[in-house]
Amino acid sequence: MSTAVGYTAVAGQIVVVGAGAPLLTGWMRQVRARLEGRAGAGVLQPWRDARKLLRKEPISPVGTGPAFRTAPALLVATTVVAAALVPLLSTDTPVSGHADLIVVVALIALGTLVLALAGLDTGTAFGGMGASREMTVAALVEPTILLSVFALSIPAGTTNIPAIVHGAVDEPARLASPAGLLATAALAVAVLAETGRIPVDNPSTHLELTMIHEAMVLEYAGPDLALVELGAQMRLTLLLGLLSSLFVPWGIATSPSWAALAVALVLFAAKLTLLGAVLAAAEVFWAKVRLFRVPELLAGSFLLALLAVTASYFLSGAS
Amino acid sequence: MSTGLYTQLLDLACGAFLLAAVIVLWVRELTAIVRVFALQGISLAALAVLLGGHEHRWDLVGVGVGIGLLRAGVLPHLMRRALAVLTADRQRYGTAATETRETQPLINVAASLLTAALLTLLAYAVARPLTELHPTPATRALPVGLAVVLIGFFVLVTRRRALSQVVGFLLLDNGITATAFLATSGVPLIVELGVSFDVLLAVLVLQILTTRMREAFGTTDIDDLRELHD
Repeated sequence: MSTAVGYTAVAGQIVVVGAGAPLLTGWMRQVRARLEGRAGAGVLQPWRDARKLLRKEPISPVGTGPAFRTAPALLVATTVVAAALVPLLSTDTPVSGHADLIVVVALIALGTLVLALAGLDTGTAFGGMGASREMTVAALVEPTILLSVFALSIPAGTTNIPAIVHGAVDEPARLASPAGLLATAALAVAVLAETGRIPVDNPSTHLELTMIHEAMVLEYAGPDLALVELGAQMRLTLLLGLLSSLFVPWGIATSPSWAALAVALVLFAAKLTLLGAVLAAAEVFWAKVRLFRVPELLAGSFLLALLAVTASYFLSGAS
Repeated sequence: MSTGLYTQLLDLACGAFLLAAVIVLWVRELTAIVRVFALQGISLAALAVLLGGHEHRWDLVGVGVGIGLLRAGVLPHLMRRALAVLTADRQRYGTAATETRETQPLINVAASLLTAALLTLLAYAVARPLTELHPTPATRALPVGLAVVLIGFFVLVTRRRALSQVVGFLLLDNGITATAFLATSGVPLIVELGVSFDVLLAVLVLQILTTRMREAFGTTDIDDLRELHD
């Protein structure tokens, strides 16, 4: 009985992230369009785009190798595995023992890496430039993600994400401490940078001076492009889900029961809808940071994460 | 007040105190720096009031309120006035921005943020033996005071505008005051009063000096003072 619920929870997480990611992107675009006074294309538009792209003939540029061809599949695969591990709906799943923080961050980094390799493989100027920029950002973002979650893992005494979330549900005071607040801010900036949202990268332009993520995937077309876009959307959903699980953990099922799982599913959808709306509304008011100022922003968020860890270790950890 | 709540609030005040010092390194606009400095003064006052309330020492609460008035009210007001004087006659040429921004610190912002991280770790390493002497929530937060001292010193060394150097000096002093509160629950009232007046006078003198500097050189960039030694 309990294993059935557990496997359902894992499958549910994958399906929610996979099917919900385009909807989340569509929702964010819709919110943004309404705030800017446009009608918007509707929440379902990313799915329509994907259907259109999937019907096209697969084409790859002359002279590209296996790194280019396997990258979209690998990107989606790493994200799916990470989605199965991170406790989005339930902390009590058959795989929760393996859901270590370092594994999850490594899976996310692997997705970034294969895409950068694909950008290099095309041999075009934009691909190389995008890959180099993406690696610059990633080198600063990955330590920030690790450190900001370490700040929460010190009171829990483990780097196992389900255990951290379970502990936070039992003891909400952990999150209201200075360490928790600093870690929230640091992880939020890191998530924005990792998913290429507005202060770091603008997902809706193809201006060569500024683009990071779009520069790497410029050569993709047809079904491959659909996969790359799905992968990017899934990463956004996954990382926002991770943020909400770590800092607003209430509602996540901690015991194997069908009712708790259903509640968790509804609350997860509500949390992500709210988070997406807030992010989209914030993006209307923010301007993109100049590329040379991005390391400054990321160094700041790294410092916040480091302060969170030291505060968590020295102020309350020793008591 | 229960011990758990007291510890939480004390940690929160210390966190805000350290965060304000870091944000001073991060932002460039001098008006924003002054605003952040005022917030730091408020968190320092909260720290003193919390300690006084916890140990039922009402003189400490009084000192805390006084510190709040001085460091979140008077000193920022003085700095804002100095800034207004600096930019007053430049408005019509549109060059006011060059005086009110820390455009080119000697060490760039990303590197100075990472240095601040190292300084914080250094403060924790140095304060460790002190904390172990008598571990209470207050002494455990001692490294925060030391870290702000170090960061203040760093601002003093690397910034070019005279006003941001004043802020660096005041950060240093805030850090020393916080360390005194956390380590010994406050120095005697008379000493605290003496230090406060000292700081106030120092800021007044520096304000006049800044104005004179600008009259003599047309800028408050410290690098132009090189002309002086011959």
